Amino acid sequence: MKTFHETSLPIKTMSSREQILANIKTNQPDYQKLDVQFKFDTVYENLFEKFSEILSFVGGKAIVVNNYEEIKADVQEHYKGVKNIATTISELSSLADFNLNISDPHDLEMLNLAIIKGDFAVAENGAIWVSEKHIPHRVLPMITQYLVIVVKKSEIVTNMHRAYERVKVDETGFGTFISGPSKTADIEQSLVIGAHGARGLTVYVLD
Amino acid sequence: MTKDHSAAAAEFNKDEARVNWHDETLWFVRSKRDKAVFQIPEWEQLREAGSQIKNHVLSNLHDYLTEFEKKATENGITVHWAADGKEHNEIIYSIIKNEGVNRMVKSKSMLTEECHLNDFLKEKGVEVIDSDLGERIVQMREEPPSHIVLPAIHLKKSDVGETFHQHLGTEKGATDPQYLTEAARQHLRDTFLTRKVALTGVNFAIAETGGFVVCTNEGNADMGAHLADVHIAAMGFEKIIPKAEHLGVFLRLLARSATGQPITTFSSHFHKPREGQKMHIVIVDNGRTTQLGRPDFRNSLKCIRCAACFNTCPVYRRSGGHSYHTAIAGPIGSILAPNLDMAQNADLPFASTLCGSCSNVCPVKIDIHEQLYKWRQVLVQDGHVSSIKSIGIKSMASVLNSPKFYRTAGKLGRFLMKTAPFMVNNNLNVWYNQREMPEVPKESFREWYLRRDVS
Repeated sequence: MKTFHETSLPIKTMSSREQILANIKTNQPDYQKLDVQFKFDTVYENLFEKFSEILSFVGGKAIVVNNYEEIKADVQEHYKGVKNIATTISELSSLADFNLNISDPHDLEMLNLAIIKGDFAVAENGAIWVSEKHIPHRVLPMITQYLVIVVKKSEIVTNMHRAYERVKVDETGFGTFISGPSKTADIEQSLVIGAHGARGLTVYVLD
Repeated sequence: MTKDHSAAAAEFNKDEARVNWHDETLWFVRSKRDKAVFQIPEWEQLREAGSQIKNHVLSNLHDYLTEFEKKATENGITVHWAADGKEHNEIIYSIIKNEGVNRMVKSKSMLTEECHLNDFLKEKGVEVIDSDLGERIVQMREEPPSHIVLPAIHLKKSDVGETFHQHLGTEKGATDPQYLTEAARQHLRDTFLTRKVALTGVNFAIAETGGFVVCTNEGNADMGAHLADVHIAAMGFEKIIPKAEHLGVFLRLLARSATGQPITTFSSHFHKPREGQKMHIVIVDNGRTTQLGRPDFRNSLKCIRCAACFNTCPVYRRSGGHSYHTAIAGPIGSILAPNLDMAQNADLPFASTLCGSCSNVCPVKIDIHEQLYKWRQVLVQDGHVSSIKSIGIKSMASVLNSPKFYRTAGKLGRFLMKTAPFMVNNNLNVWYNQREMPEVPKESFREWYLRRDVS
């Protein structure tokens, strides 16, 4: 049994770092091995159906397309007359009138629509992994008024355990799971879409 | 002198309709949690995994923290250590001062509430704007958050309308959440675009990779951090987890337990500052090493701050977060607070019925109600409980210790309640504030038992 270490007596010669670490060493319980099962399988009949169902539950919309031409046509129809559209996807560059080749991310403030690539999607929670590999500015998916993400249908995994097998989180300096548009329910639990980030999220799933 | 929990709760209970509404709103959140949880067949195994990972972390904290520090430093992040709230505040102030600015935008961090960072910086002439909508609302009203996930859950939309009318110039009498949220969006967007320093909390810090994860629904942590020249992330040292793959467990547990969502809208993984940016992490003790040394209470450090225990607690729902007079309210706050200051928070472990619902919903299986019970014993032994309560407990003990005395006392009680109810039912007996006693039985169970027909 370890003795209780009184931490309110600072040892003057030690830095806070050393003091904290020394106190931790004295007070932490005996080593406990980690041998519990922490990955689980989830079985869905249809990964896309599940993803689509959950995405609409969290306020987004999934649309299956066969090629980039269909995305173009759909974006042109839904965002008719909208200015300040940017994309990181070369196949869709004709949709864009806003060049992302800027140095100050504050300049993205006027952006109305950003169309970006997602690495893969997660069926159980409608999330899509977006990383610096595919976005030139970290704030891009949040600062834009509306967000479109393109992901391949073959790149949908079942659950978060599989997701973390897919992604190397420190491959880039920043990456995020995005599940639906920005939202809040801080005023009397009424759900409002578009808190600070995108007011809408459409996911095109490439078959 | 702050009011103790029961006095503050009595105040909260004066508006019965509002208390009922508060109760129902939080129960609604609890029900959403249940719905989400029932969709995961392996939920109980997930809880066990979350619990075991955290147990393992507590037993190896020293090594995981030094591993994290090494990796984070290699990633270009500056790591600071703060022994207490004061040092945490001073470190953050020195970073801000170093940038030559006097304002900062902040996303949700209960740790900064615990350390009273906002007040400290205000005194130093630094303006802090909280960017989580609920936190911004309570900040404008100069109130603390009443709930760690839903900071403004004690307010009605008419209250928010009035606050925004005063501070943001929205129309008087406006109550539409859509309209009010839009006003806050415009106001905070301007804040995000103009602040050079942003502070965020940390949900999980990964030892293996030296990065950290911040979860929000609004995207406010991202908006602040990605637009600022300096990103400060503040974390209690218990936020550490061994590897990124363990996030699979915690991100499945967190939002489902908190609000019934399958995951938060943004689960952002920070590993390196962006080009030209500076990134700092402040690792804070502030009493945590002491709690780690208390075998009965160290489990409280496993908490992932989902607030499921708040939403399910019959006492929290009917007394409101402010009654707990501490940064973290509810059942988990009531086992964390006495560690920080026993005398000041001696009332909190008594703010519970010990029904155990908190422990049942806890995603990392903290034995919350058992710790509440154990704290009561520590507090009474150490003399932190009012003499009325301890005399009451002592006389109860002597009555229950002597069968003869117990029988006489029972008889006397029944006699008094029947013939002179005012002796019991008066202002001195707080149990009568919201209660009526049942009619007094003619005889006790024992009397009936002894005279019963045994044929």
